[in-house]
Amino acid sequence: MQVENNKEFRPKIVAFCCNWCSYAGADLAGSSRLAYPADVKIIRVPCSCRVNPMFILRAFQKGADGVIMCGCHPGDCHYTSGNYYARRRMTLLFSMLDYLGVENGRTRVEWVSAAEGVKFSTTMNEFVAKIHSLGENVRLEDLRCKN
Amino acid sequence: MQELVKRAKELLADGTVVRVLGWKQGDLGYNPEPAYFNSEEELKDFVYDGFCGANLSKYMIEACKMEGNTLVFLKPCDTYSFNQLIKEHRVKREKAYIIGVGCKGTLDIDKVKNAGIKGIESISQDGDTLKLKTIYGEKEFPFNDALLERCTVCKGKTHQVYDELIGAAEGEEAGPVGNRFEMVEKLEAMSPKERFEFWQGELSKCIRCNACRNACPACSCLKCVFDSNQFDTAQKANVDTFEEQMFHIIRAFHVAGRCTDCGECSRVCPQGIPLHLLNRKFIKDINEFYGEYQAGEDTDSRAPLTNYTFEDVEPGIVVERGQK
Amino acid sequence: MYKIEKSRLSELFAAIAAQEDLFLPIKKCDQANYGLWTEEAEVDLDTLKTVKSPKDCFFPQSETLYKCKNEDGKLAIDPAKLQDKPFVVFGMRACDVQAVKVLDNVFLNDPVDSYYAARREHGILVAMACHEPEETCFCKVFGIDAANPAADVATWMVGEDLYWKALTEKGEALTKLVENLLTDADEAAVEKEKKQIQAIIEKLPFSHLDLSVFENSELMELFDSPKWEEMYKPCLACGTCTFVCPTCQCYDIKDFNTGSGVQRYRCWDSCMYSDFTMMAHGNMRTSQMQRFRQRFMHKLKYYPDNNDGMYSCVGCGRCVSKCPASLNIVKVIKKMGGEA
Repeated sequence: MQVENNKEFRPKIVAFCCNWCSYAGADLAGSSRLAYPADVKIIRVPCSCRVNPMFILRAFQKGADGVIMCGCHPGDCHYTSGNYYARRRMTLLFSMLDYLGVENGRTRVEWVSAAEGVKFSTTMNEFVAKIHSLGENVRLEDLRCKN
Repeated sequence: MQELVKRAKELLADGTVVRVLGWKQGDLGYNPEPAYFNSEEELKDFVYDGFCGANLSKYMIEACKMEGNTLVFLKPCDTYSFNQLIKEHRVKREKAYIIGVGCKGTLDIDKVKNAGIKGIESISQDGDTLKLKTIYGEKEFPFNDALLERCTVCKGKTHQVYDELIGAAEGEEAGPVGNRFEMVEKLEAMSPKERFEFWQGELSKCIRCNACRNACPACSCLKCVFDSNQFDTAQKANVDTFEEQMFHIIRAFHVAGRCTDCGECSRVCPQGIPLHLLNRKFIKDINEFYGEYQAGEDTDSRAPLTNYTFEDVEPGIVVERGQK
Repeated sequence: MYKIEKSRLSELFAAIAAQEDLFLPIKKCDQANYGLWTEEAEVDLDTLKTVKSPKDCFFPQSETLYKCKNEDGKLAIDPAKLQDKPFVVFGMRACDVQAVKVLDNVFLNDPVDSYYAARREHGILVAMACHEPEETCFCKVFGIDAANPAADVATWMVGEDLYWKALTEKGEALTKLVENLLTDADEAAVEKEKKQIQAIIEKLPFSHLDLSVFENSELMELFDSPKWEEMYKPCLACGTCTFVCPTCQCYDIKDFNTGSGVQRYRCWDSCMYSDFTMMAHGNMRTSQMQRFRQRFMHKLKYYPDNNDGMYSCVGCGRCVSKCPASLNIVKVIKKMGGEA
C-alpha cells in the first residue's frame, strides 16, 4: 500500500488491554457511543502482566508510532497481583527506552476499569493527540518494515 | 599463586573434590583460558594473574552437572554471580568447594595495545608497573591504567560466598573507586537526540556474536529466545536499524534485577560496546524506585522484578522526570 | 612504482570516491571496521587489524536476496540487484587478501554464487603491507608474505609516504584514475621496508607453527582424537571467532516478515551455534565439542583436503585477540601437533 506524501500523518497506535478491566472499558466506551480515533488498534491480553517487553518493541518495529498499555487499577487485578508486576516492568522498560533516546511520550500506561468508558475514550484521544504531535516513530523503527 | 596450587593439590588428594576449575597459562603473556584440572600433574599449568578476568561462576553451571565436586576459584565479584545462580537454582552449593581468591583488579590488554604497545611477548608486574617485553623492545605501562572499567568502580573485595579464603582478608576495603553511575548520569543529562546518537553509534557496531550473552552468568536460560526458531525472534541479521537494539534491550531487561554488574559483557565484546551502561541504567533505576538492591548479596531475597509494593511509582514517572 | 605523501591521502580517497565506492578502515566509536568512505569519516590506517575483516565487502554479514509482496492478489517477487559498479577496498592486509582467495574457492566454484561473483568481479583490492606485525599474527605459517600482498594494487607506508604499485589490469586501471595525484618513485625504500617486515615476522612467537600433523594424518585419526574433548571446555559457544574470521563462509537463509511482505535474506552463521545446520530431523552436532571440532577440522583438514592443500586459515590472528575465553586456532594447532 503506497502512502502518498501529501496525506495527513495518521499515527499507528497499539493498545494492549487486559481482558478483565480495560478491554471491557473499551467495550463500554463503544456501547456508550464515546468516540476515540480509529488509529488505536487494541490487542486483548489476559492480564497486563502478560505484556512482555518484546511485545512493545515488536509493535514499534512493525510500524507503531505509540504503544499504550491498559490494565486493571492497582488492587483490582483479576489475578490479584499481575498489574503490580506489570507496573514495575513497564516503569523500567519505559525508562530504558527513554535512556536510548526514544521520545518518552510514545509509551504510556493507564489503569482503566470496566466502568470507565469515559476514561478510556479520553485517554485514547489524549494519547493519539500526543503521538500526532511527536510525529512518525523513527528512532525505534525497522527500515525493512517501511513500505 | 603457589598457595592456590598447593591447596588445590591437597583437596584433590583428600578427595574433597574431583576436579579444579581455574585458569590455565596461555601462549601469550595475556591470554590465560578458563580450564578444568583433573590431576596434580595438570595443575602445573595453573595460573592466576590480572588477566584471569573470566568469571568462573558461569562455568559452574556446567560443572555442577558433572559427577563429583568441583573446586572453584572465585574473585570477590564472581561470588556475587555464584550467589545469584544459587538463588536461581542453576548451581548447587554443595557441589562446589569455593576458594575465594584475592583480587588486585583485572586487566584489559586492549588498553595496553591502544597505547601503541605492539608485539607483546611476555608481561611481568613490578609494583604498580607492568613490564612488557615486546619484539619492538622493552616497554612499561602503569598497572592502574590497564584496569578494566569494572575494576575502577570495584564493588568491594569481600567474598559473598566461600569455603575458604586465600590471599584475601575478610572485610578488605576496595580502595578509592569511582562512581559507577557516572557515565549513566552523563547520558541521562543529554538530550534524547544525543542519547539516541550515542546508542545508535555504539549498538550499530554489534556483530551479533552473542559473546555478551554467553559469557554472562545471569544469562543461564536453557534456550535463549534469540535462539528459538519457533518465533520471529531468532534473527541473526545484522541490520543497523533495529535488531541490535532489540537484542540488547531485551537482554538487559531479562537480567535486570539479576545482574550483579560483574562487567563480563563489556569485557568480552569484540567491538568494545559499553554494554554495562545498559545494565547499570536498570540497576540505578531499581535503586531509585524500589530501594537499594545488589543482586548476589544473598541467596533468598526476592528480586526487584519478582516483587512489588502497593506504593510503587507509576510508569508515568519517566515522563515526569524528563520534564524536570 | 608510484608514491603519494601521507598528508595527501584524503585527496586520493576523494578522487577514488568521486568515481567509485571506496571501502576502507574507519574508526567509529573507538573501533576500526571497514566502511564506506565519506568526507567526515575518520580513516584509520594505523590499526593493523580491523575488528571485522573486509570479508563484509564481498560477503556481507546480512544481505537481502529478494523481497516478495502481495500486489493485487498476485505474488510479486523483487530480486536484489547484483553489484554492477566497480568499488575499491583499500588497506587490506596480505592475510585478508588471501582470505578472499579462500572464499573464491567456495563461492566461485560450481554452483557459482552470483551475489558474491558480481562483487568479486567489480571489486578492486588495494592492499597494504603490514608495517608493524603483531604477536597475534601467524600468516607466515600459511605461506603468506605480509610484506608483499598479492592484490590488484599493493601499497607500503614508509615514513611519510605511501608507495603504490599496480599488480593487475584492474590495478592499472585504478592507477590511471588517480595518476595525477601520484608521483614516480624508486623501489629502494620499499625494498628496505619489506626486509624489515620480514625480519619482524621471523621473530613473531607464532610464525613457526608446525602444520605437518594436519598434512600427514588421516582425517578420521584427527577426528577421533581425544584431544578435542580436552580442548573445547572453555568455549562459551559464542560466534566471535567466526564473525571476526576473514575466511568463515557459512551462512543461514531466513525470512523476515515485514508486515506487508517477506524479505528473504542471508546472514552469516556460526558453527558454534546450537541451531547451525539445523534440519527437519534435528541437528547432527549435538554437543559443543562436536561444534568446536567442526570449526577447526574445517579450517585445517576438510578445506585443505578439498582445495589442493590450501588452508582456510590465513593467520590474521583476529580470533586470537578476540575470543572471550582466550581459546584460538593457535592453541589447537599446538595441541594437535603434540605440543603441550
